[in-house]
Amino acid sequence: MAQLLLPTILTALFPGTPRRIAVEGTTVGQLLAQLDQRVPGIGDRLLVSGPELREHIKVFVDGRQADLATPVSGTSVVHVVTAVSGG
Amino acid sequence: MPRVLLMVGTKKGAFLLDGDADRRSWSIRGPFCTGFEIRDVTYDPADGSVYAAAASPWFGPAVFRSPDLGETWTHSSAGLTYGEGGPDVTRVWNVTPAHGAVYAGVEPAGLFRSDDKGATWTEMAGLRAHPSRPEWQPGNGGLICHTIIAHPADPGHLWVGISAVGVFETTDGGVTWATRNTGVRADFYPGPAPEFGQCVHKVAMAAGKPATLYQQNHCGMYRTDDSGATWTEITGSLPSDFGFAMGAHPRDPETAWVIPLTTPTEGRFTPDARPAVWRTRDGGASWARHADGLPQADAWVSVLREAMGVDSLEPAGVYFGAQSGQLFASADEGETWMEIEASLPAIASVDVAVVER
Repeated sequence: MAQLLLPTILTALFPGTPRRIAVEGTTVGQLLAQLDQRVPGIGDRLLVSGPELREHIKVFVDGRQADLATPVSGTSVVHVVTAVSGG
Repeated sequence: MPRVLLMVGTKKGAFLLDGDADRRSWSIRGPFCTGFEIRDVTYDPADGSVYAAAASPWFGPAVFRSPDLGETWTHSSAGLTYGEGGPDVTRVWNVTPAHGAVYAGVEPAGLFRSDDKGATWTEMAGLRAHPSRPEWQPGNGGLICHTIIAHPADPGHLWVGISAVGVFETTDGGVTWATRNTGVRADFYPGPAPEFGQCVHKVAMAAGKPATLYQQNHCGMYRTDDSGATWTEITGSLPSDFGFAMGAHPRDPETAWVIPLTTPTEGRFTPDARPAVWRTRDGGASWARHADGLPQADAWVSVLREAMGVDSLEPAGVYFGAQSGQLFASADEGETWMEIEASLPAIASVDVAVVER
């Protein structure tokens, strides 16, 4: 299973959610859908209708920036990152 | 013993202040809803829930709910969407509980309803189906549904305020809506005032008279006594047409408070850098300036549309917050003021509830 690493500011919104979660899937989109199954509502925090990644949410697969269609393997490390934003 | 719960929405989360009935000493808790801008925090007396209208640059819009006066919080935006092909909902600006439902006004302008305490939402699509919708134009703050007024006895009767579109009224639970802007100026348009396009800033209902509403507009203060069908200007001696925040008395329908500001081109400050709250005791026929206890020199204070609250005690307490982070309270209906917080993040909303310990 791919390893999904979530930002603290996100997991804090869903008490008890670990920062590192092993998730099944062959694309980033599938991983995030599986994540939402395990942590209901977390998908709304990361995705807009389409679905697409929210503008200031970035995903990296094995160090390379990705989108929802990007393939992942069972050994992939997937970072979900909050972009430099706010103020 | 009653406890006064002051709810403050800021650019950096929500804060709750607990005060005794004398409203002289306060303790603050927070920030809650960390990472979210909070445009409105409100209390539902039906079940004690506290709701916060939220938006995050990362995580989008949400409505937070606390069932225990801020001890714990949940959040949801399930259903808070215009669907595939529609614009993304970016912010929640107002959350208003009424008659067992919860309403959320959002950006871009639309209205949503929840029947399960904010867990899931459904668009009240009749508002955006109004024939005027293709011509709606945003104000400086965006195209936002920022005000929701519920009739105290009729669950199907609501008013909303949209900038810069105006006031709408429904009497059939949101299936159909009518524009309610007759008599309201729109000086930024050439020619006579249009049916819609007025820049409503805030609406408040007069106590015990649901057909009487007060409106602070971009272009003056107004009053209606026929549910919004016609408005009469009551700007009178106020030092400016312009302002955002407004509050209505909990028992006296002729008493209301406003905070006039200089025009947008002049900075949207309290005039002469001397903050003041103006009060009418006669339904807007006359206004009196009250500033005892407020800074009166070099105070370029700006107060946003949701940033005034009025409690239900006797005499009524009045509260307002500034974009520069000061929070002021009056325990005597606006006669005298004290600063109760000096350095909060930019304040967007102030609301207050009297709860039992």
